[in-house]
Amino acid sequence: MIRIDFNRLRFLVIDDNAHMRRILRTLLHSFGTREVYEAEDGASGLEAFTHIIPDIVITDWVMPIFDGLELTQMIRQPGANANPYVPIIMLTGYSDKRRVLAARDAGVTEFLAKPISAKALYHRIMNIVVNPRPFIRTSTYFGPDRRRNVNLNYVGVERRKGGKADIIKQQALFDKVKSSA
Amino acid sequence: MAASKSPKPAVARFADHEVITPPHKLGRVVGRGAAEDDPVARAEAALAQLSSQFTDWMNDECEQLDKAREQVRQAGMAVQQREALFRAAHDIKGQAVTLGFPLVAEVAGGLCRLIEETRDPRRIPLALIDQHVDAVRAIMREHARPHADALAAMLTRSLRELSEEFLVREGRDAGDIASPPIAPK
Repeated sequence: MIRIDFNRLRFLVIDDNAHMRRILRTLLHSFGTREVYEAEDGASGLEAFTHIIPDIVITDWVMPIFDGLELTQMIRQPGANANPYVPIIMLTGYSDKRRVLAARDAGVTEFLAKPISAKALYHRIMNIVVNPRPFIRTSTYFGPDRRRNVNLNYVGVERRKGGKADIIKQQALFDKVKSSA
Repeated sequence: MAASKSPKPAVARFADHEVITPPHKLGRVVGRGAAEDDPVARAEAALAQLSSQFTDWMNDECEQLDKAREQVRQAGMAVQQREALFRAAHDIKGQAVTLGFPLVAEVAGGLCRLIEETRDPRRIPLALIDQHVDAVRAIMREHARPHADALAAMLTRSLRELSEEFLVREGRDAGDIASPPIAPK
């Protein structure tokens, strides 16, 4: 059975609400994580991100100073910080299509709508760790590949230019673990 | 832990984009474990232990909403006051279900929607804001009583009607009309 050694993961939780931070800390500690760092707004979150170099960032959307979307855009700046590829989970009360797409286009790795549950959080983390996606850089986007699946039935214009090699299939870690077992 | 030195990502360049495969640093934490070990069940149990504090937490959140309402009463719906009111309502909307007060979440969500969808939030009548905040308070106060669900449903319905009337009269901000939820649970 695939398991994550949470003990070796460092999380940064950014949320202006102390109760939500406490809930997240409780869940992450219960999964087995020891290192959970916290920040209460986008600005201190970015500062903490720079110093702590977390393995995974969990951020709220609505926060003072700058919000989770702006924070994501600041992190997804190649060359501007230690790890622009860090997985980012956007945890928010928003769940409508427009917001989900905006978060995706800002470079969020996983979207998690409140109310939070232990199961949903665990699955997002599992997906990040076991099935990492490559990053795409275009003139207008830098972030995880927004095409989660290859749709063989897709009919329409190929928007990415560059031929067949466009689609790079990354072997999921799950398959690697399975084949080495 | 995060390493300071790391291998470079593999980059494949195409006509109008690059596909970058960063080193899979998190692969180091994947392994095999016993089937009986259930981290989700452990986390749910920890959350259940924490739940004795949830009513106090919800009361704190309601206090924040009340304070934000007071600020609006004194200074109007200027940007700072409006954002504080929205954040307080949005926090309740996001947490109330987890904290065991789903009926409160609906009313708080209604207040968020009102603020977000109105073309000019400064024109929202204070009475309508008061009604939402008072409804949140009332549902919290009455939540343990037998008629609480019916009261909450009645309040939610009438507030939705009042808000809808206002939004139709004032015109919605087209950019802020909520689209259907698509986020996976």
